[in-house]
Amino acid sequence: MTTGVTTSAKPKVVVTGIGAAAPNGVGTHDYWSATRVGRNAIGRVTRFDPTPYPARLAGEITGFTAADHLPSRLLPQTDRMTRIALAAADWALTDAKADPASFDAYEMGVITASSSGGFEFGQNELRKLWSMGSQHVSAYQSFAWFYAVNSGQISIRNGMKGPSGVVVSDQAGGLDALAQARRQIRKGTPLILSGSIDAPICPWGWVAQLAGGRLSTVEDPERAFVPFDPDAAGHVPGEGGAILVMEDAERAVERGARAYGELAGYGATFDPAPGSGREPGLRRAAELAMADAGVAADEVDVVFADAAGVPELDRVEAEVITGLFGPRGVPVTAPKTMIGRLCSGAAPLDVATALLAIEEGLIPPTTNTSPDPGLGLDLVLHQPRPASVRTALVLARGHGGFNSAVVVRGTD
Amino acid sequence: MPEQRFTVDDLTRILTEGAGADETVDLSGDILDTDFEELGYESLALLETCGLIEREYGITLDDDTVTEHRTPRAMVEAVNARLSATV
Repeated sequence: MTTGVTTSAKPKVVVTGIGAAAPNGVGTHDYWSATRVGRNAIGRVTRFDPTPYPARLAGEITGFTAADHLPSRLLPQTDRMTRIALAAADWALTDAKADPASFDAYEMGVITASSSGGFEFGQNELRKLWSMGSQHVSAYQSFAWFYAVNSGQISIRNGMKGPSGVVVSDQAGGLDALAQARRQIRKGTPLILSGSIDAPICPWGWVAQLAGGRLSTVEDPERAFVPFDPDAAGHVPGEGGAILVMEDAERAVERGARAYGELAGYGATFDPAPGSGREPGLRRAAELAMADAGVAADEVDVVFADAAGVPELDRVEAEVITGLFGPRGVPVTAPKTMIGRLCSGAAPLDVATALLAIEEGLIPPTTNTSPDPGLGLDLVLHQPRPASVRTALVLARGHGGFNSAVVVRGTD
Repeated sequence: MPEQRFTVDDLTRILTEGAGADETVDLSGDILDTDFEELGYESLALLETCGLIEREYGITLDDDTVTEHRTPRAMVEAVNARLSATV
């Protein structure tokens, strides 16, 4: 850990609104009510018949009817991930009591992350192309599949014309997007909607994830995704994520907004080439984030783990955590064990969860896992743990070598 | 000469099917001379609509149909002209 870091006078960036959508709860209230008590939502895939595939479990969002949330003009032109993202953006703005009409259009931006774009929309149109011909392909395919489409549609719906874009770095991207939002706010844009929603549970999305080689083929929903467990054998994919309203802290105070907490630190690294023998980049990402936040190890109250569910990656992450905080030196949790890994939606949801944990003073549990005691982690298991939480470290790794870390801190 | 007539009702049905309808616009009202933009349809919605018309009626519309015909009346006339030409 670097010591003697001086915190510069960079403007504080706070989260003032949360829109969460997850397999165990749609909407922030329902999500937190389920997560704080460890409600699992992993089950057999229902969105298509998974029988012919080696992996058959997922964390699916149920009870989201797009027509209840969106005008009919948007339905023919949106993938499932975009529909959920538009609703989550609405919830986040409502939660923040931020009316876009009260801002100048150029004072608001949208920066999301995406792992895959609109897989299901793209699959349907490609099927029409090859089975019926090009005349049958929707004109909306031109953008509905695209990585940046969630940012674009949120921007159009809310009249946000400030700095906008998309970050693509798999699961780490969810944190990279929040960091990019913070950068743009510090450059002068008062409000940015950020985070990510991914929803790749369709046959095309499924085979793409299978090709990554990390999906669990275990059939028991309570044993399929068990990070840090000796039986860990990959992960279960899920859908959802979170959209956050991020604002310049001073501007937020001026308009009377309340803040969940501050995005206090960020670090990102890339792993060395495989076989180089050099240390993976996760530890350095965490160190950079803590240095950026100006927090020492003993100030971190909880770590939200990436929790890959792959033995080698779990070992690397456990070594990073015990290396920074000592053996059993900090509470660690992975609520994603309830819902699966949500691609780039996972880390913004973990940030939201960390902020809700700070608010309530309760660390949500890690479910299903019986961790290897040799890893030296103080994993919060089965039951939530009441705790005074002010500072949380959130870790995320993306396939292909991406490592990102964020420190969030409660406002006083 | 048997004519397959394309009406404004056909147009609004296909518009709604392919691109939805703006909740603030009454498509059953007097819209014949209202610009598509005011009815809530941008060029991509009209491109999608033209594609659906082509498939349903077995005709081919010119590439500039979307840009040249800015109102339901103009669009209906363009489609009928094409239908007449192909009979």
